[in-house]
Amino acid sequence: MAFSDSDARVLPGASAPADARALAHSRALPKSARHGLKVVILGGFGVGKTTMVGSVSEIRPLSTEELMTEASRGIDDGGAVRDKTTTTVAFDFGRISLDAANVLYLFGAPGQERFWYLWDQLFAGSLGAVVLVDTRRLKDSWYAIDRLEHHRMPFVVGVNRFDGRAQPPAAKVREALALPGEVPVVDCDARARESAKQVLITLVEYLTTLSEQR
Amino acid sequence: MNRRSIDREAPDRLYTVTGGRVLGDDDPFDLVSLIVAERDPAPGMQSEHARILVLCRAPMAVVEVSAELRLPVSVVKVLLLDLLDTGGITVRHPLPAPARAAGPSGLHLPDRDVLRQVLHGLQRL
Repeated sequence: MAFSDSDARVLPGASAPADARALAHSRALPKSARHGLKVVILGGFGVGKTTMVGSVSEIRPLSTEELMTEASRGIDDGGAVRDKTTTTVAFDFGRISLDAANVLYLFGAPGQERFWYLWDQLFAGSLGAVVLVDTRRLKDSWYAIDRLEHHRMPFVVGVNRFDGRAQPPAAKVREALALPGEVPVVDCDARARESAKQVLITLVEYLTTLSEQR
Repeated sequence: MNRRSIDREAPDRLYTVTGGRVLGDDDPFDLVSLIVAERDPAPGMQSEHARILVLCRAPMAVVEVSAELRLPVSVVKVLLLDLLDTGGITVRHPLPAPARAAGPSGLHLPDRDVLRQVLHGLQRL
């Protein structure tokens, strides 16, 4: 897949008028919906995050924005008031109704370093994460993995095999990313609903195994 | 998707919508808190408040309200707080955040019952 995540958002009917757009995601939750849950899908630019969100979501992926005030980065804050710059960061999400009460939200988040201040806030309380990698650009996921480990957020790695070319086996990917042995590395096709679903199931099974070990 | 970039939007609009207010550390909303309207819009109400009350006739997550209104999450939270303070909405909070496990991994792990429910839900897809 040669196009970027933002290109991937351009789906048939994307230029439909506002009322049609409203219909596209007017699938309301039942009154019984009670608990929102979160899973984050991280990865480099164009790796297929939005595609994966879209392939399992019951609504077309939505996009929204959050404001990011640069001066509120806490690292070098010596108490002095610095100039504040407010920028916006866009992110995509989709939704899966698991049962009458539980709704799982999937967030696609760019893995670049400059976004981490935002993700630290946005994804507190997530069940876990999926790091989606393209074997041609493995280093794009280094920072995301480092950050997840720092936050002690459990994750699985999905190797997006979308173009059918011969690619390094999962063991090589594991080695290149210096992943601990227990972290699952699974091949997937982010475009395929069943494959994306299987990645999520792998994550939940991994979380279950971890929680049984404690 | 013909998403409108807030970058290209007059900053004055965001300021006007919230009256320049921002949420502090007392932010009661998670991205996936579900918002439920408790009454219908009233005449003369700020249009964004009215739209939220219509959108949330069925439960809707904060992040979905943000996408529907095409306003940044933090701006939407200010509007939601107005409605919460006046009884216009109620909030269904997410389950408690995953607790940090004891032991060497120290990973944040969700409750096992929650995991079971999520797994069953995914398998049924």
